[in-house]
Amino acid sequence: MARKNTDTRAMIDRYRWWEVMAIYAGIFVFLFFLLSPFIEGFLVSLKPLSQLFSSPYRFWPENGSFKAYSTMWDSVPAFGWYIFNSFLISTVATIIVLLLVVPAAYAFARFEYAGMALVLGGFLAVSMFSGAVLLIPLFRLMRTLGLLNTYFAMIVPGVAFLIPSAIWLLRTYMMRIPVELNEAAYMDGASQFYTFRRVILPIAMPGIVVVAITTFIGAYAQQFIFALTFNSKTEYMPLPVGLFAYFGKQDVIWNELMAASFVGIAPALIIIFFLQRYLVGGLTAGAVKQ
Amino acid sequence: MIKSRSSLIFAWALLAPAILYILVIVAWPLFETFRLSFTDASLRKVTNYVGWKNYDKIFNETFLTVILRTFAWTFFSVALKMIIGTFGAVLLNAAVPGRHIFRILTMPPWIVPMAIGIFMWGWMYNGQFGMISGLLQRFGIVDGPVAFLAWGNTAFWATIVTDVWIGVPMVTIYFLAAIQSIPKDLYEAAWTDGASRWTRFRRITLPLMAPAIITMSMLSLIATFNSFDIIWILTQGGPSGSTTTMIIDTYQTAIGSKKYGEGAARAVVICIFLSLFCLAYFRVTRRLSATEKA
Repeated sequence: MARKNTDTRAMIDRYRWWEVMAIYAGIFVFLFFLLSPFIEGFLVSLKPLSQLFSSPYRFWPENGSFKAYSTMWDSVPAFGWYIFNSFLISTVATIIVLLLVVPAAYAFARFEYAGMALVLGGFLAVSMFSGAVLLIPLFRLMRTLGLLNTYFAMIVPGVAFLIPSAIWLLRTYMMRIPVELNEAAYMDGASQFYTFRRVILPIAMPGIVVVAITTFIGAYAQQFIFALTFNSKTEYMPLPVGLFAYFGKQDVIWNELMAASFVGIAPALIIIFFLQRYLVGGLTAGAVKQ
Repeated sequence: MIKSRSSLIFAWALLAPAILYILVIVAWPLFETFRLSFTDASLRKVTNYVGWKNYDKIFNETFLTVILRTFAWTFFSVALKMIIGTFGAVLLNAAVPGRHIFRILTMPPWIVPMAIGIFMWGWMYNGQFGMISGLLQRFGIVDGPVAFLAWGNTAFWATIVTDVWIGVPMVTIYFLAAIQSIPKDLYEAAWTDGASRWTRFRRITLPLMAPAIITMSMLSLIATFNSFDIIWILTQGGPSGSTTTMIIDTYQTAIGSKKYGEGAARAVVICIFLSLFCLAYFRVTRRLSATEKA
């Protein structure tokens, strides 16, 4: 029976040659749109400045070299710290988000008490306001708490805006865990906390991993406005703000800026490359199981 | 579902830390924004309540243009994200060799710090030395250099394209998950009945991923409406205001000109629109889950 099933599936997935060509052509266009800035950015990092600022435009570098990748460290000596700061800020932010969101998402997935729908709405609604709208009061708040010009000035407001999507993702995932598990645990005399800790959490782990990854990505990608406004100390700057150091007094050192961008995103890209199985797999596995 | 006194307390105990956090970091500043919108707060030490004066001042033709522009910008961006995302998800779902690699290659715009991607687009849009203008000239599509960010019309679309570029990967991966959660039996039954690939897409894939498309477009609508980094880094709202959305307008007033009171009033208008979007979102998702149960 099972074999017959796979046979049908294999035949459904069999494409005629022109269909395969069309799919690859479509994927090429799609990926070219998504990757062209990186391709161009990489080529720019190989070109000498004189060639960058010359017309007509040339796509391929002439006398291309990786020189910018070594000179970038001299132009902005603190660059290594910017990468470290980015990782530190993102990691701490992710941990705080998980501590807040995992219990909350479980509550929203399992319990239906009066007022909870309103609270869920509040979470999604309130946190959908961008930082730009709340900047002035937040600045005053950070000053009152004495957090200005510390790592926490960038972590604390950032966390709030990472919470809604994390709650939403994890709640959706946890709603797919059968209620029968709770009922069985209840019959066996397990407490609510024990059920949450020992029954639900292990099953929800793939979902939590996905949420952790997306939260980290979000934290890493969004360190701009708060870092720009709430921190002026060079030694605490994360990567996106630190890159402005390549905007020199006269001109932008574009080749070094691009080289630095690639060095800065390489660690994140490597992590994603190894974790993408969890990312796509986690999302899809959760969806298929129901 | 589960109801008892102890589970009531347990549920709220689970929620308490997150609620407290949001109250301090978002709700209180939000309240402050409302309060400031009725004051003449600025860099000066003294702040007076001025009633509705700030609102009277901002509601003029320029501000209405900004609102309309924001809606147009958001609409085109979200629509393009949904179309390209659906297109990408269907392609990445096809059982062709290399699809796992293609899925990884979709992600960089999403996971790379936004500012870095925006810098790269800024260079690509450069009229003299950028790739887009350069290639358009090479292939003879345009005669001279096209400085995309220097003209209102092109800058408007250039910022949209960059916003779409950043948003598409997440939409695609989400849609891909939605497609893969569709029971395979449906396709097998349709295939046995001789339905073509297009019919299967039109009659099975599209209707069953519709809830995902609706949910995502609502979420995307709110995120896009709030978009700040892209426009700020690329054009700062220019040239001559052609990419000034409500967020940019608010930032320019509040942070740029230090008119905190007027800026806050603008922020309040944004908040009203966002609340309407959220209400719409909840209505739609409630209806979706209702039809799912039926």
